[in-house]
Amino acid sequence: MLESVWLLFALPALGALIILFAGRWMSQKVVGWVASAAVLGAFLVAVSLWFSLAGLPAEARSVTVTWWEWMTIGAFRVPAAVLIDPLSVIMALVVTGVGFLIHVYSIGYMEHEPRYQRFFFYMNFFILAMLTLVMSNNFLGMFVGWEGVGLASFLLIGFWFDKRDDMYGWYADAGKKAFIVNRIGDFGMILAMIMVWSTVGTLIFTELGAAVHNLAPATATIICLLLLLGATGKSAQIPLYIWLPDAMAGPTPVSALIHAATMVTAGVYMIIRTNALWHLSLDAGLTTAWIGMVTALLAASIALVQTDLKKILAYSTISQLGFMIAAAGLGAYGAALFHLVTHAFFKALLFLAAGSVMHATDGILDINRLGGLRHKMPTTYRTFLIGAAALAGIPLFSGFFSKDAILVIELQRNVALYLIGAVAALLTAIYSFRAVFVTFHGQPRDQHIYDHAHESPSVMTIPLWILAVLSVAAGVINLPFVLTLDHWLEPVIGEHEQIPLVLELLGITLSIVIAVFGVLIARARYLTHEPWVARLEQPFAFLKPTLEHRWYVDDLYAFFIVSPLKGVSGWFARVFDPKVIDGAVNGVGGVINGTGEVVRKVQNGAIPTYALSILLGVVAVLFYFLFVG
Amino acid sequence: MALSIPYLLTIIIFLPLLGAAVVMFAPGDRTKKWLALATTLVTFAVSLLLWTNWQQGEAGMQFVEDAVWFAPLGIRYALGVDGISLFLVLLTTLLMPIAVYFSILYVDKRIGPYMALMLLLETAMIGVFLALDLVLFFVFFEASLIPMYFLIGEWGGQNRVYAAVKFFLYTFAGSALMVVAILIVYFSTGTFDIVALQSTPMPVAVQTWAFLAFSLAFAVKTPLFPFHTWLPDAHVQAPTAGSIILAGVLLKMGTYGFLRLAMPIFPQAAQQFGPLLATLAIVGILYGALVALMQKDLKALVAYSSVAHLGYVMLGVIAMNAQGVSGSVLQMVNHGLSTGALFLLVGLLYERRHTRMLDDFGGLWASVPVYTGLFLVVAMSSAGLPGLNGFVGEFAIMLGAYNYMPIFAVLAAAGVILAAWYLLTAFRKMAQGEITNPANDKQHLKDLNLKELVMVVPLVILFFVIGLFPNLFFDKINPSVEAMLETRTVLLQQGAAAQMPSLELAEIVVTEAK
Repeated sequence: MLESVWLLFALPALGALIILFAGRWMSQKVVGWVASAAVLGAFLVAVSLWFSLAGLPAEARSVTVTWWEWMTIGAFRVPAAVLIDPLSVIMALVVTGVGFLIHVYSIGYMEHEPRYQRFFFYMNFFILAMLTLVMSNNFLGMFVGWEGVGLASFLLIGFWFDKRDDMYGWYADAGKKAFIVNRIGDFGMILAMIMVWSTVGTLIFTELGAAVHNLAPATATIICLLLLLGATGKSAQIPLYIWLPDAMAGPTPVSALIHAATMVTAGVYMIIRTNALWHLSLDAGLTTAWIGMVTALLAASIALVQTDLKKILAYSTISQLGFMIAAAGLGAYGAALFHLVTHAFFKALLFLAAGSVMHATDGILDINRLGGLRHKMPTTYRTFLIGAAALAGIPLFSGFFSKDAILVIELQRNVALYLIGAVAALLTAIYSFRAVFVTFHGQPRDQHIYDHAHESPSVMTIPLWILAVLSVAAGVINLPFVLTLDHWLEPVIGEHEQIPLVLELLGITLSIVIAVFGVLIARARYLTHEPWVARLEQPFAFLKPTLEHRWYVDDLYAFFIVSPLKGVSGWFARVFDPKVIDGAVNGVGGVINGTGEVVRKVQNGAIPTYALSILLGVVAVLFYFLFVG
Repeated sequence: MALSIPYLLTIIIFLPLLGAAVVMFAPGDRTKKWLALATTLVTFAVSLLLWTNWQQGEAGMQFVEDAVWFAPLGIRYALGVDGISLFLVLLTTLLMPIAVYFSILYVDKRIGPYMALMLLLETAMIGVFLALDLVLFFVFFEASLIPMYFLIGEWGGQNRVYAAVKFFLYTFAGSALMVVAILIVYFSTGTFDIVALQSTPMPVAVQTWAFLAFSLAFAVKTPLFPFHTWLPDAHVQAPTAGSIILAGVLLKMGTYGFLRLAMPIFPQAAQQFGPLLATLAIVGILYGALVALMQKDLKALVAYSSVAHLGYVMLGVIAMNAQGVSGSVLQMVNHGLSTGALFLLVGLLYERRHTRMLDDFGGLWASVPVYTGLFLVVAMSSAGLPGLNGFVGEFAIMLGAYNYMPIFAVLAAAGVILAAWYLLTAFRKMAQGEITNPANDKQHLKDLNLKELVMVVPLVILFFVIGLFPNLFFDKINPSVEAMLETRTVLLQQGAAAQMPSLELAEIVVTEAK
């Protein structure tokens, strides 16, 4: 059964190729269903892989299928091979499962899009690349997927490449920014891979564990920090998160699939996958945890004041990814993956529901122009509410368990991290219910929009319901004390560390309090407008402009990096190259021969003779030397 | 496995020359054009015999031919091909039909001499890669200069004469130094045999001077920073086919020269100057990329990107370890394919719009999707996207560079960021955004037709083949590279053991001359 893993790749590849070459003769519906069927097929393959793997004894649940020797130079050897193990199968299930639902949703959402072939081609290509990323058994293969999803992301963010508006500027620029910022992360990835091979001698994940023992801790730290740079690019963490908010220029299904559920979790996956290296460097792990938590707080604070629904969700994604990255940095791989999975469900749900709103309001997502939509769009409202509840960590929803798992670990390891996490969790609850209340409750703020709003077709709402069910129920895969997922992952990440019962209970209690308190604040502030919230808000009012300017991070980049680089290259191109370098050489030429003279002769038509005579001269000199010598 | 086909290399080298003669005397432009194309196609087909009859795993020269040319000095007509030169020959024979076919479609002026020069160029280029005798190498090296000079000077753009002269003078200055170097080598060792020289020890002083002279000649050709300024001019002015060949093949004569001659024959000098050359290569990578970022002319942009790309190739060559060198050999081919394809696409656009200025375009993705899609694939190949060809070579080179001196790998990896930046900036300006100029819209701008696709698609297929199955190539490259590195190590050890007295160059020349 495990041998059929090639189908996992062949199906989306086939879908993409069919659409690429035959799509022009197919209607939007046909193209959409072909693409969806390809991903559904891949999902079924993933399910069968999961069953096959579960049928094996725990210690045998790591199967490598090698296709061919990819690259061999001397001792450097990298196969084209996939690794089927508990981690990769979970990732494949999420990617193809959520991917399939979003493909189906897109059939409705992209109904009026004239370039629908491109859209579904890119989507299938993305699934293929993402599967390559999570299934490869070595760094370099993973990197193929890593860059492949980056390309898909670039193509889909800039899908409306000829469009611009006030929020995003040219959409194409947003795609370009995403790709280039990610390349900074790739710089770290490339160097990390080079260092791993040069010091450990292999790039194959399953061989890392046995080979890393003689790695010096300092080297391990450098490698892990380089990997971290890669992760901050793909998973949108400080300092490279700045591309993700702009990435919302892409069609909403893309935001759901790539920029919430799957691609952006690649950094988290990568850290879990390379845990053998991270075991060697507590420093790197702690750095990672701090970066994750600070990002979580920073992004949550920005989400609080955003007025565009998708931007709120984008900063929320950055924030939640921060939680996952922090968990991975602390070595809590089970908790990180748990949150990755539940987040994939509820954030995809939130984006798709937001897309449903957009579908109804002709693209308007400014929450200050919405309001009261729950009457017009009951399904969208209910599913969005479920997603928001999961995001806010309302008890018994999936997000509650997974976020709590991370917070408890932090409580155990590092109280400072826990406090940051607790504040971020509070802000999360506030901003998610702000979105719910302002969008769906209260009075319509723009009557025209409200009048035209309508519920989306069932091809869109059915995926919403399925994701809603998953967002509610996905907590069962790793309930506290039961820890099914942690046990399932043991072949990859080792034994789960026991957490004292007292801490566990304390953590759960605090999580409940934080979530409920957050929702109450949001309700008082945005729905019932109670005066005590204003008083509570007073001391923080001075932060508002800073938050609205997103902590000025984009401006800092522009000022300290982009402008100087552009200035330097402009000077190189306009002055240094033509004047200094070229001038110097021309000057030398002038001294020897008089370039001007030459050029004049050339223009008289004498140059062929001139050139030939030089050549003849050379030959003559050569032979002269040869004979005389 | 029919191993040796007699005179196969000679046939490959001189078929185009024969074709050139026939083309000159053939009646009618149409006949000339198709005869030229037929010649390059036949040459390509014949050159494929090298691949099919390759002795797998063999490190040394294959299909060797050896005849005395000028007995008193031991100058020989010696040809051979190994894993290092094989793919450069195939690259040449593959790009030629494409360049010629492009010219058939778009060149009308004085087609007879044009095609003859193209074919002459092919002979010279293949000769460079196959020559095993220094004098023979030099003859072919120089011979390649003349046709390219005329192609730029006669069939080029507005400022063609300036560019042609500049191209000529630059490379010619390099060649003059090479003559000197060849003579130094000969007087020091008494042989022109390139293979034998690789295991012939030479005094360090001789090595130093000869290495510097060779290096300068090859550095101009490559071009290595700061000897690169002829390249943008030459490219911008050259006709499209000339640019394809110039970037695709001609520049590799420089890096090939480093790899075949300068580095292995003068190992001690090479070791001594390695860090300097590597620094120049790195500067080329970063500087070329930054300058490319600011270019407004698409062709100039691609030209500067070549400076950056060839910097990678040089870096791998200088690293002189298996990963670096094998990566470089493959990267030479990769650059030839990617940049050849880029120039081809730019040429196709130019023939439609008669401009190459980025600001004149915008929104092409809406009007010519096939063209734009292919352009993106080519740009990604050039930017080193994994899964395509460029990445395999670049990664191997950076691996080699790291094990040479880590700092070079760090800086080279920074170049990867910039490559994406300038290519996507070009793509953004050209293909994305709105159509502002009616000349770019669907009614006025035609997408690629079948004839044009025939030229582009084979290259794109090769991107994927090399990117996904690089071992098809490394299998043949690695043994030769490893053998060369071993010979070099032995030579270095001998040199270190012998501790040769460092003679003054003049002394050696004088004593040898007597």
